[in-house]
Amino acid sequence: MTDTPETKPFEPVIIGFTCNWCSYRAADMAGISRMKYAPNVRLIRLMCSGRLDPTFVFKAFAGGADAVLVSGCHPGDCHYSTQNYKAMRRFHLMQRVLTQMGIEPGRTKLLWASAAEGQIFANEITKFVEEVRLLGPLNWNKSAAPVVPVEVPAEEVQA
Amino acid sequence: MSKPKFAMYWAASCGGCEIAVLNIHEKILDVDAAFDVVFWPVAMDAKYADVEKMEDGEITLCLFNGGMRNDENEHIARLLRKKSKIMVSFGSCACEGCIPGLANFSSIRDVVDTAFSTITTDNPDNIRPQTSYTMPEGIITIPTLNPVLKTLDQVVDVDYYMPGCPPESHQIAAVVDLVIAALNGKAELPPKGATIGAGNSTVCDECPRTRNVKVIKEFGRIQLMHADPTLCLLEQGIPCNGPATRSGCNARCPSAGAQCIGCYGPAEGVVDYGARLISAFASVIDSDKPEEIDRILDGLVDPAGQFYRFNLAGSLLRASKAAQKG
Repeated sequence: MTDTPETKPFEPVIIGFTCNWCSYRAADMAGISRMKYAPNVRLIRLMCSGRLDPTFVFKAFAGGADAVLVSGCHPGDCHYSTQNYKAMRRFHLMQRVLTQMGIEPGRTKLLWASAAEGQIFANEITKFVEEVRLLGPLNWNKSAAPVVPVEVPAEEVQA
Repeated sequence: MSKPKFAMYWAASCGGCEIAVLNIHEKILDVDAAFDVVFWPVAMDAKYADVEKMEDGEITLCLFNGGMRNDENEHIARLLRKKSKIMVSFGSCACEGCIPGLANFSSIRDVVDTAFSTITTDNPDNIRPQTSYTMPEGIITIPTLNPVLKTLDQVVDVDYYMPGCPPESHQIAAVVDLVIAALNGKAELPPKGATIGAGNSTVCDECPRTRNVKVIKEFGRIQLMHADPTLCLLEQGIPCNGPATRSGCNARCPSAGAQCIGCYGPAEGVVDYGARLISAFASVIDSDKPEEIDRILDGLVDPAGQFYRFNLAGSLLRASKAAQKG
């Protein structure tokens, strides 16, 4: 299934969505503090976790990701006051839909990390990578992965 | 000069699209006046061999409804694509899978078991149809099921999309008028890949109900509630798919007191219909506490079924893990 020979452990590919103000800076903090953590997460910076459209997550899974991390400021600390609560509500509903699609809840994770919590961010990622490694590769059927349609605007047909 | 040729075909669908076409009433006479109907299995007798004998591009307009459930569907889709100038993905099944596409939640084995071995089926020996069987006279075959249902544009190139389950008759009439006008050089056809016979906005835009940006503590089912007839259904906790659904039906269901179920498919700019609805539904939840959010979400009995009722085969994920495994 994967290209990896059986002797090598499975290395999950994880897409991580971080917010500009807290969790991305936590990752920065982990970096400049030279903390060591699993390299499996590809971080994508959003302005806010509230910007996370579930479409991004679905596209990540359809495109071959084994897991998705969503990360933002601690509840109450959002730079845009309450948007991380929106992310939380969305995340809970999205996880239910993904479960019905056969994507285990363990493949998505919601993580709060402030700009000062580089160590927590690094530890949680290492933990998440190990959890996903136990779940194994997702191997979403890539031949079935659709091409995102090109939008062609059209005049409305009037009856 | 001979008239331009018209074809209509049904793959995995219910036949409602054909009825919707006949529902354009006397306009069907315009269709007959403007076109030679050369292939339309539900309405006239014609054989696949007749289509095979045609020149490539000989059919001017082909309305193709139905999803790709088996290899016969795919074969005819490819054949009609080759023989048609304008191929319209007609109706929700062809565009996005629709109700037959809900089978993509289950493995094909479960789908067949449900059809042949449930309590409503008298099949004590658990007999299954064989795709190929040798008789004394020779081998007889039936089409082979695809493990997952595909949409038309996942199999062939499509010129236009016409959504709806079924497309509203007034929209079909408008499209027929447009194509006839274009054939007479009096109008221009929209660019390839466009959605025709529908609006560019959402059902909410056409909905007469009032929105007050209210949030809710509970999702309910419409048959168990007394819904206010003038207020937004979603803001009353009733799962309504209007926020992500393409306009074009004049908000028929919400106007009549029922929630939108999403038959017109994703609105302009919506890549994944269900993902857009997750955002919309989550936005009316009135809670900041994870436990309470979960309790409120328990009121949505089948979220994936709610969000992908018409759209599963056309969504980003296309089919559940179970369906992919077969």
